[in-house]
Amino acid sequence: MKTRMKNLIYFTIGALVTIPMMAWGAEEAPTIAGNAEAIATVQTHADYLWTLIAAALVFFMQAGFAMVEAGFTRAKNAVNILMKNLMDFSMGSIAFWAVGFGLMFGATGTGWFGTSGFFLSDFSPGGDPWVLAFWMFQAVFCATAATIVSGAMAERTKFVGYLVYSALLSAIIYPVFGSWAWGSLFNGNGWLENLGFIDFAGSTVVHSVGGWVALAGAIVLGPRIGKYTKDGRIKPIPGHNLPLAALGVFILWLGWFGFNPGSTTAANKDIAMIFVNTNLAAAAGAILAMTTAWMKFQKPDAGMSLNGALAGLVAITSPCATVTPLSAVIIGSAAGVLVVLSVLFFDRIKVDDPVGAISVHGVCGAWGTFAAGIFNIGGTSAKIIGVQLLGIGSCFVWAFGTGIIMFKLIDKTMGLRVTAEEEVEGLDYGEHRASAYPDFQISSPVWAPPAPQGHGAEKAQVLSEAIRPASEPAV
Amino acid sequence: MKKVEVIIKPFKLEELKEGLSSLGIQGMTVSEVKGFGRQKGHSEIYRGAEYSVDFVPKVKVEIVVQADMVDKVIEATLTHAKTGKIGDGKIFVYPLETARRIRTGEQGKDAI
Repeated sequence: MKTRMKNLIYFTIGALVTIPMMAWGAEEAPTIAGNAEAIATVQTHADYLWTLIAAALVFFMQAGFAMVEAGFTRAKNAVNILMKNLMDFSMGSIAFWAVGFGLMFGATGTGWFGTSGFFLSDFSPGGDPWVLAFWMFQAVFCATAATIVSGAMAERTKFVGYLVYSALLSAIIYPVFGSWAWGSLFNGNGWLENLGFIDFAGSTVVHSVGGWVALAGAIVLGPRIGKYTKDGRIKPIPGHNLPLAALGVFILWLGWFGFNPGSTTAANKDIAMIFVNTNLAAAAGAILAMTTAWMKFQKPDAGMSLNGALAGLVAITSPCATVTPLSAVIIGSAAGVLVVLSVLFFDRIKVDDPVGAISVHGVCGAWGTFAAGIFNIGGTSAKIIGVQLLGIGSCFVWAFGTGIIMFKLIDKTMGLRVTAEEEVEGLDYGEHRASAYPDFQISSPVWAPPAPQGHGAEKAQVLSEAIRPASEPAV
Repeated sequence: MKKVEVIIKPFKLEELKEGLSSLGIQGMTVSEVKGFGRQKGHSEIYRGAEYSVDFVPKVKVEIVVQADMVDKVIEATLTHAKTGKIGDGKIFVYPLETARRIRTGEQGKDAI
């Protein structure tokens, strides 16, 4: 037979066999149930995607905190600040994986803390990975609370003591309160949320916990050497890099677009209003803080304005899903005024907070939680406001109380504060044998408050006082 | 030889350098310094706490010249570094013992 004829016969046999086989393996026609399942799968995938992208944005806030704290403190302590920020995230992640997540979201019989899910035991390979996505999102929230404290305790804290604090906060202090307010987001069930407590993204759960623990740390530590004089004057210790501080604030602002809208842990239209509320509160906070400082000090102050933006962000974190954009502007504005007054207040009572962490996170976190009750879209009532106040109060008692106990324990065992010599020389050398800026000669000038006019002798007295430490370390 | 030490306002450095170059001066050493004379500093505010900045940034220029150039250098400085406002700076003249060029070992006049 000719080759062409043979090929034609083979082709025909092949086609006659293959085409029915293809038809036999083809899919069935689409059904309503099948479509619904497919749509639900797409929604689930979108939920994962949004939650994890938001988690990455919140993670990036660690860079924001690091830059804010480095910028507002002196160059001789820059390495130490960065190490503290690196480690409160790293140690916090491990502690939250091992213990914290279980305490916060595990099954609970009491409503006061969880008892399952340690070491991510809810997950087994091949099982539902939602617990992993949820853990990732919650872990970066825990880390946010942890890193708030490093700012208030900057420039005089022993590094080892800070490491221990990081582990304890992420393992116990943060998760236990978190379980009261958010436990039912997973396997838990908290007593506070059962009363109707509103804290959508964590003005209290994250920021006030961090802020009140920061207050405890600043009190146990005592102020930096030279900060307050014996006759009650406040001496400024200017930060070494305002551009870094500003960069940090912008990074935090960006990260908050994951912090607040991400707390839906679902890809839906709700995130739009949350985004808008977040931005409006930050902007209003910055403007009102600038205005308040301008009225008080006759100049628009950069540091206070930056704190104002953060104050607005912290305040809107609780109500962001349940208030109107107009309310967000009001809430942020009030936070902007509040943070300036609060910074001045803590300085007056001699609680030294180099970056204003207590005012931004503790005070404005409380305000935001309270505002969530007042400006609630669904309407307010005495009960709603009462529950908000209960949450604010119980957070303070828990966080500040355990904070004081923890820091005093650390102080008794390994020491919380560095020696006076090390503090004056700079923690970079004493704690790390390193320098952040080896190419530059760093000199830390000591600033004196302006002397009374026309008295040379008094001026000399003021300057010499500036060189002598004003207060002894609280070790 | 003499060393002339001149402390001036920082933004006057470029103009002074040009003025000295036109005299034939071929080298100088410049450092950033802080100081005050009768010009007081000012006060600044940091997070609500006021503080005095007593030391004002200045630039110090050191020039080594032959003795017969000193008057010309002083004239040039008085012309180019002056603004007429308080804080213009000072000129100091020191006798110089020895000058050596490190690369060649030359000394005295040949070293400057």
